[in-house]
Amino acid sequence: MVDPIISVRDLHVDYGDQRVLEGINLEVRRGEVMVLLGGSGAGKSTLLRQMIGLERPTSGQVYVQGVDINGCSEKELKAIRRTMGVAFQEAALFGSLSTIENVEMPLRELTTLADPVIEIMSYLKLVRVGLGEASHLLPEDLSGGMKKRAAVARATALDPELLIFDEPSAGLDPIVAAELDELMLFLKHLFEMTMVVVTHEMASAFRIADRVAFLYQGSLIAVESKQDFQTSTDPRIRQFLDRIPDRLSESETVRRHLRELVGITGE
Amino acid sequence: MSVLEDIGATVIQQLNYVGELTTQFWSGLGALTQVLPVLGKRGRWRAALVQMAAIGTGALPMIATVSMSAGFIFAMQSGAELRRFGALQFVINIIGIGFTRELGPLLTAIVVSSRSGSAFSAEIGTMVVTNEVAVLRTMGLSPVDYVLAPKYLAAVIVVPCLAIMSDLFGVLAGGAYMLLSTKMTVAMYFRAVADAVVLRDISSGLVKSVVFATIIVHVGCLEGFKTQGGPDAVGRSTTSAVVKATLLVILADVLFTAIFYWAKLE
Ligand SMILES: Nc1ncnc2c1ncn2[C@@H]1O[C@H](COP(=O)(O)OP(=O)(O)OP(=O)(O)O)[C@@H](O)[C@H]1O
Ligand SMILES: [Mg+2]
Repeated sequence: MVDPIISVRDLHVDYGDQRVLEGINLEVRRGEVMVLLGGSGAGKSTLLRQMIGLERPTSGQVYVQGVDINGCSEKELKAIRRTMGVAFQEAALFGSLSTIENVEMPLRELTTLADPVIEIMSYLKLVRVGLGEASHLLPEDLSGGMKKRAAVARATALDPELLIFDEPSAGLDPIVAAELDELMLFLKHLFEMTMVVVTHEMASAFRIADRVAFLYQGSLIAVESKQDFQTSTDPRIRQFLDRIPDRLSESETVRRHLRELVGITGE
Repeated sequence: MSVLEDIGATVIQQLNYVGELTTQFWSGLGALTQVLPVLGKRGRWRAALVQMAAIGTGALPMIATVSMSAGFIFAMQSGAELRRFGALQFVINIIGIGFTRELGPLLTAIVVSSRSGSAFSAEIGTMVVTNEVAVLRTMGLSPVDYVLAPKYLAAVIVVPCLAIMSDLFGVLAGGAYMLLSTKMTVAMYFRAVADAVVLRDISSGLVKSVVFATIIVHVGCLEGFKTQGGPDAVGRSTTSAVVKATLLVILADVLFTAIFYWAKLE
């Protein structure tokens, strides 16, 4: 058994008195693509932020490359972060830098490569995501999908061992989204990158995933191979897979409030 | 009782703020060497030059206007009184010393705080709400090194220069008053200013300028980093950056003036 690249142990996260993650245990193996699924507000982005060490948990540990990222020194944390690439849900490109400068930025800051090498490498990264022609535009002049792709190019600039993507394909047209899937598979096979990907696109999830983790209201209720996941009989997972809408009126508080609104009191 | 509690809570809050400011100050100071040309990290010096242009060029017209107006007002107000004692030439001392020691640095700080202090907090606040600061951190880059340090170095260089310009504009305005109301010539005026002002006046003003620049940059950036929430939060940080920086600049001015005052008597 190879040691996992990420290991989350009994993680609890609260925002104020709202519990967002509850007792999460998860191991991400080297070289696999782990897709994180779950409804909106289930806590997926929160879990990713914990894996990067951007926020401290209420309790529990996160180990990346065997190091407790909440207990290690600032220097160790920096070293670990340099082995991972992150693309956020909102792309988060540097607004004051052009698209290509966004990709060049980590190379300039974290390597000693010569400028011409950096320019070539960054341009190739942009070409790989189909942004060769937009390289000199500012982020504000890019469409939503182009921003996402630029963020992916930036996250892979340093050829990291571990890639963390929050909804890379949300808001992209199906063709571009499919291209992004192929790009991820390409990176996985060629560079043996490990990936943790949050997505809402089922087709994309089943194309790229080795294993699937399903978050439901802050708890992980399934971590299994995508074949097992697809044939799962858990009603909460089936609802998600079969796209069965939630009947809001079934919630007791909603029903009571509706009754109050229409002036019905009592039963 | 609850009044005391409120006061206590406020004091703790303020001390907490000063603590955060101090921590950031030391890391900012440590990061300055990375901004130096040749010795520092690549790109940082260029970022600092961009900041110098942003802080300096835009502020100059405003500093010129404010300093000349203040200089002329001071000359008229003091002239009106001093004339009664036949001591009109002391206007020159008041303007010369008043500007180099006090008004030049202070007026400059207020202009820079309202223009650039607010810009710093708006820029960083936007970076926080769009997750750009989080991206920096995930790259293993410190936002203080990357964003704050170039601004800090730029301000520490440019603000004292602006203060000198402010001194000059103030003295020019005082000269205009003296030429209009006495038979002094330009050469006589400048000789009198040179006699009245000693190097120590100018250097104490420059020390103040460096302190004010430090306050403006660190308060502006801290307010930016503390931004929480959406775009409307950026607006709030901007306002509070200007308010807090201006207040702290004036408090620091009192402190430093007192230090220079007592140091001189010894
Ligand atoms: N900084 C924060 N402060 C307070 N509450 C937060 C914060 N971030 C997230 N939350 C809350 O935590 C819960 C989970 O949020 P999270 O962003 O992790 O969901 P998500 O699964 O990524 O959803 P989506 O698919 O819509 O992106 C939500 O109820 C949200 O309101
Ligand atoms: Mg999310």
